[in-house]
Amino acid sequence: MDNEAAFARALLDAEAAVPEWIEGRDGGGAERRFSVYRNNVYASLVDVLAGRFPVSAKLVGDVFFRAMARIYVAKTPPDSAVLLRYGGGFADFVAGFPPATPVPYLADVMRLEWAWHGAYHSADAEPLPQEALAAFGPRAERLALTLHPSLRLVRSDYPVVTIWELAARDGEDEPVRLPAEGEDALVLRPALEVEVRRLPEGGAVFIQALQDGATLPEAAARASSSSPTFDLVASLAGLMRSGAIVGMGESA
Amino acid sequence: MAASVSFGTSPVPPRGGVGLKPEHYRTILDSAPDVGWFEIHAENYMGEGGPPHAYLAAIRARYPLSLHGVGLSIGGAGPLDKAHLSRLRALADRYEPALFSEHLAWSSHGSVYLNDLLPLPYTDETLTCVCDHIDEVHDAMARPMLLENPSTYVAYAETTMSEVEFLRAVVHRTGCGLLLDVNNVFVQAANHGFDPFDYLDAFPAEHVREIHLGGHAEDEDAGGAPLLIDDHGREVADPVWTLYAEALKKTGPIPTLIEWDNDVPAWEGLFAEAKRADAAIAAFRKSEMRP
Repeated sequence: MDNEAAFARALLDAEAAVPEWIEGRDGGGAERRFSVYRNNVYASLVDVLAGRFPVSAKLVGDVFFRAMARIYVAKTPPDSAVLLRYGGGFADFVAGFPPATPVPYLADVMRLEWAWHGAYHSADAEPLPQEALAAFGPRAERLALTLHPSLRLVRSDYPVVTIWELAARDGEDEPVRLPAEGEDALVLRPALEVEVRRLPEGGAVFIQALQDGATLPEAAARASSSSPTFDLVASLAGLMRSGAIVGMGESA
Repeated sequence: MAASVSFGTSPVPPRGGVGLKPEHYRTILDSAPDVGWFEIHAENYMGEGGPPHAYLAAIRARYPLSLHGVGLSIGGAGPLDKAHLSRLRALADRYEPALFSEHLAWSSHGSVYLNDLLPLPYTDETLTCVCDHIDEVHDAMARPMLLENPSTYVAYAETTMSEVEFLRAVVHRTGCGLLLDVNNVFVQAANHGFDPFDYLDAFPAEHVREIHLGGHAEDEDAGGAPLLIDDHGREVADPVWTLYAEALKKTGPIPTLIEWDNDVPAWEGLFAEAKRADAAIAAFRKSEMRP
Protein backbone atom coordinates (compact mmCIF):
# COMPACT_ATOMS: atom_id res chain seq x y z
CA MET A 1 0.00 0.00 0.00
CA ASP A 2 1.47 3.33 -1.08
CA ASN A 3 -0.48 5.18 1.61
CA GLU A 4 1.74 3.78 4.31
CA ALA A 5 4.91 4.85 2.53
CA ALA A 6 3.58 8.40 2.10
CA PHE A 7 2.47 8.53 5.74
CA ALA A 8 5.87 7.30 6.94
CA ARG A 9 7.73 9.75 4.71
CA ALA A 10 5.65 12.69 5.97
CA LEU A 11 6.30 11.54 9.55
CA LEU A 12 10.07 11.59 9.25
CA ASP A 13 10.34 14.66 7.05
CA ALA A 14 8.89 17.76 8.70
CA GLU A 15 9.14 19.60 5.36
CA ALA A 16 6.96 17.05 3.59
CA ALA A 17 3.28 17.92 3.15
CA VAL A 18 0.69 15.89 5.02
CA PRO A 19 -0.96 13.61 2.43
CA GLU A 20 -4.28 15.08 1.28
CA TRP A 21 -6.20 11.88 2.14
CA ILE A 22 -5.34 12.35 5.84
CA GLU A 23 -8.19 14.17 7.55
CA GLY A 24 -8.88 15.90 10.82
CA ARG A 25 -12.26 16.02 12.49
CA ASP A 26 -15.25 15.92 10.09
CA GLY A 27 -12.97 15.75 7.06
CA GLY A 28 -11.15 18.95 8.06
CA GLY A 29 -7.46 19.82 7.85
CA ALA A 30 -5.01 17.58 9.63
CA GLU A 31 -1.70 19.47 9.65
CA ARG A 32 -1.64 20.09 13.39
CA ARG A 33 -3.08 16.69 14.24
CA PHE A 34 -0.53 14.95 12.06
CA SER A 35 2.22 16.85 13.85
CA VAL A 36 1.31 14.94 17.04
CA TYR A 37 2.59 11.80 15.33
CA ARG A 38 5.70 13.58 14.04
CA ASN A 39 6.47 14.78 17.54
CA ASN A 40 5.81 11.37 19.07
CA VAL A 41 8.20 9.65 16.69
CA TYR A 42 11.05 12.10 17.19
CA ALA A 43 10.53 12.89 20.88
CA SER A 44 10.24 9.23 21.87
CA LEU A 45 13.36 8.19 19.97
CA VAL A 46 15.35 11.18 21.22
CA ASP A 47 14.24 10.18 24.73
CA VAL A 48 15.53 6.66 24.13
CA LEU A 49 18.94 8.04 23.12
CA ALA A 50 19.07 10.55 25.98
CA GLY A 51 18.31 7.73 28.41
CA ARG A 52 20.96 5.51 26.84
CA PHE A 53 23.74 8.14 26.90
CA PRO A 54 22.97 10.08 30.10
CA VAL A 55 26.55 11.08 30.92
CA SER A 56 27.24 12.23 27.37
CA ALA A 57 24.06 14.32 27.51
CA LYS A 58 25.33 15.90 30.73
CA LEU A 59 28.70 16.64 29.15
CA VAL A 60 27.29 18.71 26.29
CA GLY A 61 24.01 19.77 27.89
CA ASP A 62 20.54 18.47 27.21
CA VAL A 63 19.65 21.00 24.50
CA PHE A 64 22.72 20.29 22.38
CA PHE A 65 22.46 16.54 22.94
CA ARG A 66 18.80 16.38 21.97
CA ALA A 67 19.32 18.50 18.86
CA MET A 68 22.17 16.19 17.82
CA ALA A 69 20.08 13.10 18.61
CA ARG A 70 17.22 14.42 16.49
CA ILE A 71 19.52 14.72 13.49
CA TYR A 72 20.78 11.19 14.10
CA VAL A 73 17.21 9.84 14.35
CA ALA A 74 16.31 11.48 11.02
CA LYS A 75 19.43 10.02 9.41
CA THR A 76 19.34 6.60 11.07
CA PRO A 77 15.90 5.66 12.38
CA PRO A 78 15.64 2.30 14.21
CA ASP A 79 15.48 -0.81 12.07
CA SER A 80 13.93 -2.99 14.78
CA ALA A 81 11.06 -2.77 17.25
CA VAL A 82 13.58 -3.92 19.85
CA LEU A 83 14.72 -0.44 20.84
CA LEU A 84 17.25 -1.95 23.25
CA ARG A 85 19.38 -2.28 20.12
CA TYR A 86 18.98 1.32 19.00
CA GLY A 87 21.87 3.75 19.17
CA GLY A 88 24.86 1.55 18.31
CA GLY A 89 25.93 3.87 15.49
CA PHE A 90 25.35 7.12 17.39
CA ALA A 91 28.91 7.46 18.71
CA ASP A 92 30.38 7.08 15.20
CA PHE A 93 27.90 9.65 13.94
CA VAL A 94 28.96 12.06 16.68
CA ALA A 95 32.64 11.49 15.88
CA GLY A 96 31.94 12.92 12.43
CA PHE A 97 29.46 15.60 13.50
CA PRO A 98 31.18 18.99 13.02
CA PRO A 99 29.31 20.89 15.79
CA ALA A 100 30.63 18.34 18.32
CA THR A 101 34.31 18.79 17.43
CA PRO A 102 34.97 21.15 20.38
CA VAL A 103 34.31 18.10 22.61
CA PRO A 104 36.68 15.62 20.98
CA TYR A 105 36.28 12.95 23.69
CA LEU A 106 32.46 12.91 23.43
CA ALA A 107 32.31 10.01 20.98
CA ASP A 108 34.50 7.86 23.24
CA VAL A 109 32.34 8.60 26.30
CA MET A 110 29.38 7.55 24.17
CA ARG A 111 31.19 4.33 23.21
CA LEU A 112 31.70 3.67 26.92
CA GLU A 113 28.02 4.26 27.62
CA TRP A 114 27.02 2.00 24.72
CA ALA A 115 29.30 -0.71 26.15
CA TRP A 116 27.66 -0.21 29.57
CA HIS A 117 24.21 -0.61 27.98
CA GLY A 118 25.32 -3.73 26.10
CA ALA A 119 26.79 -5.29 29.25
CA TYR A 120 23.59 -4.54 31.19
CA HIS A 121 21.41 -6.46 28.71
CA SER A 122 23.91 -9.15 27.67
CA ALA A 123 23.50 -12.85 28.31
CA ASP A 124 24.19 -13.99 31.86
CA ALA A 125 27.00 -16.35 32.87
CA GLU A 126 28.54 -17.60 36.11
CA PRO A 127 32.16 -16.45 36.63
CA LEU A 128 34.65 -19.20 37.50
CA PRO A 129 35.84 -19.30 41.09
CA GLN A 130 39.27 -17.77 41.73
CA GLU A 131 40.92 -21.15 42.34
CA ALA A 132 40.01 -22.48 38.90
CA LEU A 133 43.13 -21.15 37.25
CA ALA A 134 45.51 -22.78 39.72
CA ALA A 135 44.18 -26.21 38.83
CA PHE A 136 45.29 -25.61 35.27
CA GLY A 137 48.80 -24.47 36.14
CA PRO A 138 50.92 -27.20 34.56
CA ARG A 139 49.09 -27.13 31.23
CA ALA A 140 48.91 -23.34 30.90
CA GLU A 141 50.76 -23.49 27.57
CA ARG A 142 47.60 -24.36 25.69
CA LEU A 143 45.10 -22.74 27.98
CA ALA A 144 42.30 -20.77 26.32
CA LEU A 145 39.84 -18.71 28.34
CA THR A 146 36.17 -18.07 27.74
CA LEU A 147 35.35 -14.53 28.77
CA HIS A 148 32.06 -13.34 30.19
CA PRO A 149 29.48 -12.51 27.48
CA SER A 150 28.95 -9.07 29.03
CA LEU A 151 32.63 -8.14 28.67
CA ARG A 152 33.34 -5.12 26.49
CA LEU A 153 36.47 -3.09 25.80
CA VAL A 154 36.58 0.60 25.04
CA ARG A 155 39.97 2.01 24.01
CA SER A 156 40.45 5.73 23.95
CA ASP A 157 43.11 8.35 23.25
CA TYR A 158 41.38 10.37 26.00
CA PRO A 159 41.06 9.58 29.72
CA VAL A 160 37.57 8.30 28.99
CA VAL A 161 36.93 6.50 32.28
CA THR A 162 38.01 9.51 34.33
CA ILE A 163 35.83 11.85 32.25
CA TRP A 164 32.88 9.48 32.51
CA GLU A 165 33.27 9.16 36.30
CA LEU A 166 33.59 12.90 36.82
CA ALA A 167 30.70 13.79 34.55
CA ALA A 168 28.43 11.16 36.11
CA ARG A 169 28.95 12.73 39.54
CA ASP A 170 26.41 15.20 40.85
CA GLY A 171 27.40 18.23 42.85
CA GLU A 172 29.58 21.27 42.33
CA ASP A 173 32.23 21.27 39.68
CA GLU A 174 35.69 21.60 41.08
CA PRO A 175 38.59 22.11 38.71
CA VAL A 176 40.22 18.77 37.98
CA ARG A 177 43.46 17.83 36.33
CA LEU A 178 42.73 15.15 33.76
CA PRO A 179 45.33 12.51 33.06
CA ALA A 180 47.28 13.31 29.89
CA GLU A 181 47.22 9.72 28.71
CA GLY A 182 44.36 7.85 27.10
CA GLU A 183 42.53 5.16 29.05
CA ASP A 184 41.26 1.72 28.10
CA ALA A 185 38.09 0.57 29.84
CA LEU A 186 36.90 -2.89 30.77
CA VAL A 187 33.12 -3.01 31.05
CA LEU A 188 31.71 -6.11 32.71
CA ARG A 189 28.57 -7.37 34.44
CA PRO A 190 29.57 -10.49 36.39
CA ALA A 191 26.20 -10.55 38.21
CA LEU A 192 23.59 -7.76 38.20
CA GLU A 193 25.81 -4.67 38.48
CA VAL A 194 27.77 -3.28 35.54
CA GLU A 195 31.35 -2.48 36.52
CA VAL A 196 33.77 -0.19 34.66
CA ARG A 197 37.53 -0.48 35.25
CA ARG A 198 40.64 1.13 33.83
CA LEU A 199 42.97 -1.39 32.23
CA PRO A 200 46.72 -1.31 32.69
CA GLU A 201 49.15 -1.04 29.75
CA GLY A 202 48.63 -3.89 27.32
CA GLY A 203 45.52 -5.09 29.13
CA ALA A 204 43.15 -4.28 26.29
CA VAL A 205 45.35 -6.04 23.70
CA PHE A 206 45.57 -9.06 26.00
CA ILE A 207 41.81 -9.26 26.55
CA GLN A 208 41.04 -8.62 22.89
CA ALA A 209 43.36 -11.51 21.95
CA LEU A 210 41.63 -13.81 24.44
CA GLN A 211 38.24 -12.76 23.08
CA ASP A 212 39.49 -13.62 19.60
CA GLY A 213 40.32 -17.13 20.84
CA ALA A 214 44.08 -16.86 21.35
CA THR A 215 45.69 -19.16 23.93
CA LEU A 216 47.01 -17.59 27.09
CA PRO A 217 50.66 -17.54 25.93
CA GLU A 218 49.68 -16.13 22.53
CA ALA A 219 47.57 -13.39 24.11
CA ALA A 220 50.37 -12.55 26.53
CA ALA A 221 52.86 -12.34 23.66
CA ARG A 222 50.62 -9.94 21.73
CA ALA A 223 50.17 -7.78 24.81
CA SER A 224 53.89 -7.71 25.57
CA SER A 225 54.81 -6.74 22.03
CA SER A 226 52.36 -3.83 22.15
CA SER A 227 53.35 -2.77 25.68
CA PRO A 228 56.73 -3.85 27.08
CA THR A 229 55.47 -3.20 30.62
CA PHE A 230 52.56 -5.63 30.24
CA ASP A 231 52.24 -7.73 33.41
CA LEU A 232 50.66 -11.11 32.66
CA VAL A 233 50.25 -12.24 36.25
CA ALA A 234 48.60 -9.02 37.35
CA SER A 235 46.33 -8.89 34.29
CA LEU A 236 45.24 -12.49 34.70
CA ALA A 237 44.61 -12.03 38.41
CA GLY A 238 42.61 -8.88 37.64
CA LEU A 239 40.43 -10.73 35.14
CA MET A 240 39.88 -13.59 37.58
CA ARG A 241 39.06 -11.25 40.46
CA SER A 242 36.62 -9.18 38.44
CA GLY A 243 34.65 -12.25 37.40
CA ALA A 244 35.53 -11.89 33.72
CA ILE A 245 36.37 -15.56 33.14
CA VAL A 246 33.54 -18.02 32.75
CA GLY A 247 35.33 -20.98 31.22
CA MET A 248 38.75 -22.41 30.50
CA GLY A 249 40.06 -25.34 28.60
CA GLU A 250 42.90 -26.62 26.44
CA SER A 251 42.81 -25.18 22.98
CA ALA A 252 42.77 -27.77 20.22
CA MET B 1 18.95 -16.33 35.05
CA ALA B 2 16.63 -19.21 35.83
CA ALA B 3 15.51 -19.92 32.30
CA SER B 4 14.21 -23.41 33.02
CA VAL B 5 11.82 -22.52 35.85
CA SER B 6 8.21 -23.32 35.10
CA PHE B 7 5.78 -20.76 36.46
CA GLY B 8 2.71 -22.80 35.57
CA THR B 9 -0.52 -21.23 34.50
CA SER B 10 -1.69 -18.55 36.86
CA PRO B 11 -4.73 -16.84 35.39
CA VAL B 12 -4.84 -13.06 35.46
CA PRO B 13 -7.61 -12.27 37.99
CA PRO B 14 -10.47 -9.80 37.43
CA ARG B 15 -8.67 -7.11 39.40
CA GLY B 16 -6.56 -4.02 38.97
CA GLY B 17 -3.10 -4.71 37.56
CA VAL B 18 -0.13 -2.47 36.91
CA GLY B 19 2.22 -1.95 33.97
CA LEU B 20 5.62 -3.09 35.28
CA LYS B 21 8.34 -0.40 35.32
CA PRO B 22 12.01 -0.89 36.21
CA GLU B 23 11.70 1.97 38.73
CA HIS B 24 9.43 -0.27 40.82
CA TYR B 25 11.21 -3.66 40.67
CA ARG B 26 12.78 -3.38 44.11
CA THR B 27 9.72 -1.92 45.85
CA ILE B 28 7.50 -4.67 44.46
CA LEU B 29 9.82 -7.43 45.60
CA ASP B 30 10.48 -5.84 49.01
CA SER B 31 6.92 -4.85 49.87
CA ALA B 32 4.93 -7.60 48.07
CA PRO B 33 1.98 -5.27 47.38
CA ASP B 34 -1.50 -6.77 47.08
CA VAL B 35 -1.91 -6.01 43.40
CA GLY B 36 -3.70 -8.47 41.13
CA TRP B 37 -1.17 -8.86 38.32
CA PHE B 38 1.45 -7.16 36.17
CA GLU B 39 1.77 -6.46 32.47
CA ILE B 40 5.01 -6.00 30.56
CA HIS B 41 5.83 -4.42 27.24
CA ALA B 42 7.33 -7.38 25.44
CA GLU B 43 10.01 -5.40 23.61
CA ASN B 44 11.59 -4.23 26.87
CA TYR B 45 12.45 -7.85 27.69
CA MET B 46 14.03 -8.79 24.39
CA GLY B 47 17.55 -8.35 25.67
CA GLU B 48 19.49 -11.53 26.35
CA GLY B 49 19.81 -11.29 30.13
CA GLY B 50 20.72 -8.96 32.95
CA PRO B 51 18.59 -7.22 35.58
CA PRO B 52 15.38 -6.91 33.49
CA HIS B 53 15.07 -10.70 33.21
CA ALA B 54 16.27 -11.37 36.75
CA TYR B 55 13.66 -9.02 38.23
CA LEU B 56 10.91 -10.12 35.87
CA ALA B 57 11.51 -13.78 36.79
CA ALA B 58 11.34 -12.95 40.49
CA ILE B 59 8.15 -10.91 40.07
CA ARG B 60 6.60 -13.52 37.77
CA ALA B 61 7.18 -16.13 40.47
CA ARG B 62 4.86 -14.11 42.73
CA TYR B 63 2.26 -12.58 40.38
CA PRO B 64 0.26 -13.48 37.26
CA LEU B 65 1.55 -11.83 34.11
CA SER B 66 0.19 -10.35 30.90
CA LEU B 67 2.38 -9.88 27.80
CA HIS B 68 1.66 -6.76 25.78
CA GLY B 69 3.44 -6.25 22.46
CA VAL B 70 3.94 -2.78 21.03
CA GLY B 71 6.09 -3.53 17.99
CA LEU B 72 4.45 -6.18 15.82
CA SER B 73 2.81 -3.67 13.44
CA ILE B 74 -0.29 -5.81 12.93
CA GLY B 75 -2.01 -2.97 11.09
CA GLY B 76 0.91 -2.58 8.68
CA ALA B 77 0.61 -3.27 4.97
CA GLY B 78 3.81 -5.30 4.75
CA PRO B 79 4.49 -8.79 6.08
CA LEU B 80 4.99 -9.34 9.81
CA ASP B 81 8.57 -9.52 11.03
CA LYS B 82 9.10 -13.25 11.55
CA ALA B 83 12.14 -12.77 13.75
CA HIS B 84 10.10 -10.50 15.99
CA LEU B 85 7.33 -13.08 16.18
CA SER B 86 9.80 -15.72 17.30
CA ARG B 87 11.20 -13.38 19.96
CA LEU B 88 7.64 -12.90 21.24
CA ARG B 89 7.07 -16.63 21.27
CA ALA B 90 10.29 -17.22 23.19
CA LEU B 91 9.29 -14.63 25.77
CA ALA B 92 5.84 -16.18 26.14
CA ASP B 93 7.34 -19.66 26.51
CA ARG B 94 9.74 -18.40 29.15
CA TYR B 95 7.35 -16.40 31.33
CA GLU B 96 4.03 -18.15 30.62
CA PRO B 97 1.79 -15.06 30.56
CA ALA B 98 -1.92 -15.76 30.95
CA LEU B 99 -2.82 -12.94 28.55
CA PHE B 100 -1.19 -11.75 25.34
CA SER B 101 -2.19 -8.63 23.45
CA GLU B 102 -1.18 -6.33 20.61
CA HIS B 103 -2.54 -3.20 18.91
CA LEU B 104 -4.74 -2.34 15.97
CA ALA B 105 -2.03 -0.06 14.60
CA TRP B 106 1.13 -0.06 12.53
CA SER B 107 4.57 1.00 13.72
CA SER B 108 7.01 -0.15 11.04
CA HIS B 109 7.33 0.67 7.39
CA GLY B 110 9.78 -1.36 5.37
CA SER B 111 12.84 -1.70 7.56
CA VAL B 112 12.12 1.45 9.59
CA TYR B 113 10.58 1.19 13.05
CA LEU B 114 8.72 4.41 13.86
CA ASN B 115 8.09 3.79 17.58
CA ASP B 116 4.52 5.01 17.58
CA LEU B 117 1.13 3.34 17.21
CA LEU B 118 -0.03 4.70 13.87
CA PRO B 119 -3.57 4.64 12.50
CA LEU B 120 -4.82 2.65 9.53
CA PRO B 121 -7.81 3.17 7.26
CA TYR B 122 -10.73 0.83 7.86
CA THR B 123 -11.44 -0.80 4.50
CA ASP B 124 -12.05 -4.30 3.13
CA GLU B 125 -8.43 -4.38 2.03
CA THR B 126 -6.95 -3.49 5.45
CA LEU B 127 -9.41 -5.84 7.14
CA THR B 128 -8.09 -8.75 5.09
CA CYS B 129 -4.53 -7.76 5.82
CA VAL B 130 -5.07 -7.41 9.60
CA CYS B 131 -6.90 -10.74 9.74
CA ASP B 132 -4.08 -12.49 7.84
CA HIS B 133 -1.59 -11.03 10.28
CA ILE B 134 -3.57 -12.16 13.31
CA ASP B 135 -3.90 -15.67 11.85
CA GLU B 136 -0.13 -15.68 11.52
CA VAL B 137 0.31 -14.48 15.10
CA HIS B 138 -2.03 -17.19 16.37
CA ASP B 139 -0.03 -19.82 14.52
CA ALA B 140 3.31 -18.51 15.71
CA MET B 141 2.33 -17.90 19.33
CA ALA B 142 0.11 -20.96 19.84
CA ARG B 143 -2.07 -18.91 22.18
CA PRO B 144 -4.97 -16.52 21.62
CA MET B 145 -4.27 -12.87 21.03
CA LEU B 146 -6.23 -9.87 22.25
CA LEU B 147 -6.43 -6.90 19.88
CA GLU B 148 -6.52 -3.42 21.43
CA ASN B 149 -8.69 -0.58 20.10
CA PRO B 150 -6.52 2.43 19.23
CA SER B 151 -6.48 6.12 20.01
CA THR B 152 -5.88 8.23 16.90
CA TYR B 153 -5.46 11.88 15.95
CA VAL B 154 -6.29 11.75 12.24
CA ALA B 155 -8.69 9.86 9.99
CA TYR B 156 -8.42 8.50 6.43
CA ALA B 157 -10.63 9.72 3.58
CA GLU B 158 -10.74 6.16 2.21
CA THR B 159 -12.19 4.61 5.40
CA THR B 160 -15.43 2.80 4.66
CA MET B 161 -16.41 1.29 8.01
CA SER B 162 -16.44 2.35 11.64
CA GLU B 163 -13.73 1.22 14.03
CA VAL B 164 -16.17 -0.96 15.96
CA GLU B 165 -17.43 -2.58 12.74
CA PHE B 166 -13.84 -3.25 11.80
CA LEU B 167 -13.02 -4.79 15.18
CA ARG B 168 -16.16 -6.93 15.11
CA ALA B 169 -15.22 -8.26 11.69
CA VAL B 170 -11.66 -9.06 12.88
CA VAL B 171 -12.99 -10.99 15.88
CA HIS B 172 -15.47 -12.85 13.72
CA ARG B 173 -12.88 -13.87 11.13
CA THR B 174 -9.89 -14.65 13.36
CA GLY B 175 -11.38 -15.66 16.69
CA CYS B 176 -9.07 -13.28 18.53
CA GLY B 177 -10.23 -11.59 21.74
CA LEU B 178 -10.30 -7.90 22.45
CA LEU B 179 -8.50 -5.60 24.82
CA LEU B 180 -10.76 -2.64 25.52
CA ASP B 181 -8.72 0.48 26.23
CA VAL B 182 -11.30 2.73 27.87
CA ASN B 183 -9.02 5.77 27.78
CA ASN B 184 -8.58 5.22 24.03
CA VAL B 185 -12.36 5.19 23.62
CA PHE B 186 -12.55 8.52 25.47
CA VAL B 187 -9.67 10.03 23.48
CA GLN B 188 -11.07 8.73 20.19
CA ALA B 189 -14.53 10.13 20.92
CA ALA B 190 -13.17 13.58 21.79
CA ASN B 191 -10.78 13.67 18.84
CA HIS B 192 -13.27 12.53 16.22
CA GLY B 193 -16.44 13.97 17.70
CA PHE B 194 -18.64 11.06 18.74
CA ASP B 195 -20.24 9.86 21.95
CA PRO B 196 -17.98 7.41 23.83
CA PHE B 197 -21.03 5.70 25.37
CA ASP B 198 -22.35 4.93 21.87
CA TYR B 199 -18.99 3.39 21.02
CA LEU B 200 -19.15 1.23 24.16
CA ASP B 201 -22.71 0.18 23.36
CA ALA B 202 -21.66 -1.04 19.94
CA PHE B 203 -18.40 -2.66 21.14
CA PRO B 204 -18.56 -6.49 21.20
CA ALA B 205 -18.16 -6.68 24.98
CA GLU B 206 -18.55 -10.46 25.05
CA HIS B 207 -15.09 -10.77 23.45
CA VAL B 208 -13.29 -8.40 25.82
CA ARG B 209 -10.80 -10.22 28.08
CA GLU B 210 -8.88 -7.24 29.43
CA ILE B 211 -9.31 -3.51 29.98
CA HIS B 212 -6.69 -0.76 29.86
CA LEU B 213 -6.94 2.53 31.74
CA GLY B 214 -4.38 5.28 31.24
CA GLY B 215 -3.94 9.02 31.43
CA HIS B 216 -4.19 11.51 28.56
CA ALA B 217 -3.14 15.11 27.97
CA GLU B 218 -5.44 17.84 26.70
CA ASP B 219 -4.67 19.97 23.64
CA GLU B 220 -6.63 21.38 20.73
CA ASP B 221 -6.34 21.13 16.96
CA ALA B 222 -5.92 24.00 14.48
CA GLY B 223 -9.68 24.57 14.40
CA GLY B 224 -9.90 24.85 18.19
CA ALA B 225 -11.54 21.42 18.58
CA PRO B 226 -10.33 19.32 21.53
CA LEU B 227 -7.39 17.07 20.76
CA LEU B 228 -6.58 14.56 23.48
CA ILE B 229 -3.15 12.95 23.48
CA ASP B 230 -2.88 9.39 24.76
CA ASP B 231 0.36 10.01 26.65
CA HIS B 232 0.12 7.56 29.60
CA GLY B 233 1.78 10.28 31.61
CA ARG B 234 -0.64 10.94 34.51
CA GLU B 235 -3.61 9.65 36.49
CA VAL B 236 -6.65 8.22 34.76
CA ALA B 237 -9.07 11.12 34.20
CA ASP B 238 -12.36 11.13 36.13
CA PRO B 239 -14.62 10.89 33.04
CA VAL B 240 -12.59 7.83 31.99
CA TRP B 241 -13.37 6.20 35.35
CA THR B 242 -17.06 6.95 34.68
CA LEU B 243 -16.78 5.34 31.27
CA TYR B 244 -14.99 2.38 32.88
CA ALA B 245 -17.89 1.83 35.31
CA GLU B 246 -20.17 1.71 32.26
CA ALA B 247 -17.84 -0.71 30.48
CA LEU B 248 -17.86 -3.06 33.48
CA LYS B 249 -21.65 -3.35 33.15
CA LYS B 250 -21.10 -4.80 29.69
CA THR B 251 -17.98 -6.89 30.20
CA GLY B 252 -18.49 -7.96 33.81
CA PRO B 253 -15.46 -7.94 36.15
CA ILE B 254 -12.31 -8.47 34.10
CA PRO B 255 -8.57 -7.76 34.47
CA THR B 256 -8.00 -4.00 34.36
CA LEU B 257 -4.57 -2.54 33.77
CA ILE B 258 -3.30 0.84 34.90
CA GLU B 259 -0.88 2.16 32.27
CA TRP B 260 1.53 4.90 33.31
CA ASP B 261 4.59 4.88 31.05
CA ASN B 262 5.87 8.47 31.07
CA ASP B 263 6.73 10.64 34.10
CA VAL B 264 6.33 7.41 36.06
CA PRO B 265 5.39 8.15 39.69
CA ALA B 266 6.58 6.39 42.83
CA TRP B 267 5.04 2.95 43.29
CA GLU B 268 2.34 4.26 45.65
CA GLY B 269 0.91 6.42 42.84
CA LEU B 270 0.37 3.45 40.55
CA PHE B 271 -0.76 1.18 43.37
CA ALA B 272 -3.46 3.73 44.33
CA GLU B 273 -4.81 3.68 40.77
CA ALA B 274 -4.91 -0.14 40.78
CA LYS B 275 -6.81 -0.05 44.07
CA ARG B 276 -9.25 2.39 42.52
CA ALA B 277 -9.88 -0.16 39.75
CA ASP B 278 -10.38 -2.85 42.43
CA ALA B 279 -12.88 -0.58 44.15
CA ALA B 280 -14.77 0.01 40.88
CA ILE B 281 -14.96 -3.75 40.30
CA ALA B 282 -16.15 -4.29 43.90
CA ALA B 283 -18.80 -1.57 43.45
CA PHE B 284 -19.95 -3.25 40.26
CA ARG B 285 -20.26 -6.65 41.97
CA LYS B 286 -22.23 -5.06 44.80
CA SER B 287 -24.61 -3.39 42.36
CA GLU B 288 -25.14 -6.75 40.66
CA MET B 289 -26.25 -8.33 43.93
CA ARG B 290 -29.00 -5.78 44.47
CA PRO B 291 -32.45 -7.14 43.66
